[in-house]
Amino acid sequence: MKVLMFGWEFPPHISGGLGTACYGLTKGLAKHGVEILFVMPSPYGDEDQSAVKIINASDVVINESVKNSESFLQKVQFLRVGSNMVPYVDPVRFTTLVESQRVSQIEGYKMYAGERYQFSGKYETNLMEEVARYAIVAGEIALKYDFDLIHAHDWLTYLAGITAKRLTGKPLVVHMHATEFDRSGNNINTQVYDLEKMGMKEADIVIAVSNLTRSIVISKYGINPEKVVTVHNAVEFDKSGNVEVDRGVPEKVVTFLGRITYQKGPEYFIEAAAKVLKRYPNVRFVMAGNGDLLTRAIRRVAKLGIATKFHFTGFLKGSDVNRMYAYSDVYVMPSVSEPFGISPLEAMRANVPVIISKQSGVAEVLTHALKVDFWDIDAMADAIHALLIYPALSNFVVKNGFEEVNALKWDNAAAKVKEIYTKLTGKL
Amino acid sequence: MYFQVHQPHRLRQYRFFDIGKDSHYYDEFTNKTILRRVSDSCYLPANKVIHDIIEESKGAFKIAFSLSGSVIDQFEKYAPEVIDSFKKLAETNCVEFLAETYNHSLASLASPAEFKAQVMLHSKKIESLFGKKPVVFRNTELIYSDEIGAMVADMKYKAMLTEGAKHILGWKSPNYVYTNAINPKLKLLLRNFNLSDDIAFRFSERSWSNWPLTADKYVTWIANTLAKDEVVNIFMDYETIGEHQKSSTGIFQFMKFFPKALLLQTDIKFCTPSEICKKHQPVAPLNVPFPISWADEERDTTAWLGNELQNEAFTKLYSVEKQVLRSKDTDLINDFRKLQESDHFYYMCTKFFSDGIVHGYFNPYESPYEAFINYMNILSDFLLRVDKSKKTTKTS
Repeated sequence: MKVLMFGWEFPPHISGGLGTACYGLTKGLAKHGVEILFVMPSPYGDEDQSAVKIINASDVVINESVKNSESFLQKVQFLRVGSNMVPYVDPVRFTTLVESQRVSQIEGYKMYAGERYQFSGKYETNLMEEVARYAIVAGEIALKYDFDLIHAHDWLTYLAGITAKRLTGKPLVVHMHATEFDRSGNNINTQVYDLEKMGMKEADIVIAVSNLTRSIVISKYGINPEKVVTVHNAVEFDKSGNVEVDRGVPEKVVTFLGRITYQKGPEYFIEAAAKVLKRYPNVRFVMAGNGDLLTRAIRRVAKLGIATKFHFTGFLKGSDVNRMYAYSDVYVMPSVSEPFGISPLEAMRANVPVIISKQSGVAEVLTHALKVDFWDIDAMADAIHALLIYPALSNFVVKNGFEEVNALKWDNAAAKVKEIYTKLTGKL
Repeated sequence: MYFQVHQPHRLRQYRFFDIGKDSHYYDEFTNKTILRRVSDSCYLPANKVIHDIIEESKGAFKIAFSLSGSVIDQFEKYAPEVIDSFKKLAETNCVEFLAETYNHSLASLASPAEFKAQVMLHSKKIESLFGKKPVVFRNTELIYSDEIGAMVADMKYKAMLTEGAKHILGWKSPNYVYTNAINPKLKLLLRNFNLSDDIAFRFSERSWSNWPLTADKYVTWIANTLAKDEVVNIFMDYETIGEHQKSSTGIFQFMKFFPKALLLQTDIKFCTPSEICKKHQPVAPLNVPFPISWADEERDTTAWLGNELQNEAFTKLYSVEKQVLRSKDTDLINDFRKLQESDHFYYMCTKFFSDGIVHGYFNPYESPYEAFINYMNILSDFLLRVDKSKKTTKTS
C-alpha cells in the first residue's frame, strides 16, 4: 500500500497540533507497513541536509530518505514544495503576514536553493492563489509517482488532493483537523468554507479528529454521515522525563497555555480566575501564549484588579513549555471550540491535573480530566478551587490521568486509518 | 419477596463561593420531581397491585418492605398519599416492615454508636407509622459482615437480610437459613441473586435467551429450586416495578400473575422474613470476615468506599461525629445524617467510568469528580459550622 499524502510540517519546524498530528500519524502508519509519499509545503528548506537527497522537479523539491536512523523514514519519502502556506492563518491575515516576511524569506530560499536548482522563487501573496499553485504542483507529482490512495490534511491541501484524484482516479481521504467554525466562530471565511466543503464532497472518506468535529462536518457542511469517520488523535511524548523546577512563589499556579484567540476561550479563564481569587488568595494565574486577544485580555485583567496575581508570559517555546507545566498545579483549557486539543495531554503527562471544556474533542477520550462548559465560569472556578484545596482530588486525577494519557497511542489511531485505506483500495 | 424503598436527599449544586455563606444543601426541586415521578410510576400503582393480590389470595401472598427514613421524610413532604397506601398494606397483616439505618447510611462501617442511633431512630419511625416494631433488620445495600451481624444481634433483632454472595458461600446454597458466625441467635436470609436479577435486571432485556419472562416460566424455576432447597429469597429495589422496568415492559402484569400462578400451580408458600425464621432451622453459621453487599459483580463495599475520593469524603465526615452530637444542635445533627446517605458516595464511584448504567440511575452528576467537588464544598461549609458550634459550646 502506497499513499500520497499532502501533509504539514516535520521536525524541526513544528508550530502546532497539525504538524504534530501528521508526524505521529505518519510514524504510526509506517509501523503498520504503509508506504507514504509525503508532500509538504515548506518555506524553509533547512532541514537536515546530511540525511536527505534532493531531486529537482521544476519547482518540486524531493527529499528522499536514505540513511536516517529512524526506521519509519525508510517507508516515508518526502516531497517538499516551495510554498509560503502555513496553517492557522486566514486569507486576510496571510497577505499581511507574507508581505512583511516576503523579502527575507524569498532571499533566504534563493540563497539555499537558487544556485543549484531551477526554482521560480515566485510565491503568491494571496493565499488562495498560493493554494491553487500548490494544487498544480500536486498534479505534476500525482502523474509522476505511483500510489494507491491520496490523503490530504486540512483545507489548504484539499485542492491539491482533489487535483490528484481527478488526474489519477485514485480514492481520496481528507482529514479534518479543524473546521472553519473552530477557527473563526460563526464569522467564517466563506472561501475557506467552500474549499473545505469541496474537499469533503470530493473525498471518498472524511476523517474527523473527534465526534465533535464529525458532527460539525455533518451538520454545517452537509456531508453524508456515512462517509465521515472519527479517528481520535493520539499523542507521542519524547523520552525525556519531566523537568524539575524551583518555584519562586509560595502560591499555587493555575495555567492557561495556548494561542490567545477566540477559539481558545481566554476570557473565560480570566473571569474564572477573578472568582477564585475573591475567595482564595493563595494562588497565581498564568496566561502563556500570544494572539490577537492578548491586549484585550491584559486590559480585562487590569480592570478586574487582579493583575498582581495574574501573569502573562507571551509566547513560550519548546523547553519553556515543559517548564511551565512543571510550575503548574492546575492546567485549564477553556476552548470555545477545539477539534481535538493536544495540550491537556501534555499537561497530564507532566502530572498536572487538567480542566478541559466539554467543547473539545479531547474530552471524548479523557475520563480523568475535569470537564466544564467553556461558558460556565462558575463551574470552571469551582473546579479550579477544588483541585487547589482538595488534595485527594488532585492526587487521584493526576495518578489516573498519567496512566490514561500514556495509553493513547498513535499506533491505534494509525490502525484505524489503515483500515479505511484497505476498505477503499482493497489492498493491505 | 422483599422490596427496598429508598430515595436520597440529592444535594444542590453548591459552589465554593457558597461555603460559609449558605448552609442550605439540598435540591428540593429535583428531589420533589423525582419522588413524584417514581410515586406515580412505581410506588402507588405497585402498592395497589400488591394490595389486590393480597386480597384476592385471601392473605396467602406475603411480602416485606424496607423504607429508608430518607424516603419516608420525602414522602411526608411531597407525596403523603404514598405513606397512606403503605399503611393500607400494613393493615392486611401480610406485609412486614423491616428495620434499617434511618439515613440509608454506611454508619455500620464507620461508627457503631452512630449506627445504633440511626437504627433506633428508624425503628421508632416505622413503629409510629405502621404500628409494629420491626424485628428483622436489613442494612444499607445489604451490607453485612460478622461484626455488623453481631451489632445487630445485640440490638435484639432476630434476623438479618444479606446477599447470597458466591465468594462467601462457595459450594453452599443461598436457599437455606444461616446464622451469624459470632452470635448464632441472629439468623441470616440470603438473597438468591439469580432469580432476583432475572426480574430486576433481565426482565426487559431482549437479548436474554429467556426473554420474555412469563409468570409460568418463573414459577417453574422457583419450583425447580425448591424441589431440593428450602427457601428462595427474592430481594430487589422496589423501583424495579414501573421505574427501572417501565410499565410498557409488562412488569405490572408479571407482578399480578406470578403470585397467582405460584399459589395455583405449586404448594409453595409466600412468607415474610420473620415467618421464615420461625419455620426454618438454620443449617450452619456463615463466616463473613469482610463486608459484603448486593452491589456490582464484586458484591463488596467498593462502590461506596473504593477510591481515594470516597474515602477522603467519608473519613472527613465521620471525623466530626462526636462534636456534632455534642453540639445538641438539631439542624447540625440532621445535616450530618443526611450527608451520610450512601448515595452521595456512590456517585463518586469511578469503577464504572465506561458503563455507569446502574450507577447512573437517578444520578444528578455527570462525573464522579463533579460529585466529589460538590460534596466536599458542602462538607467544607458543614465543617465550618461544626467548628463554630464547638466554640459556642465552650463559651456557654
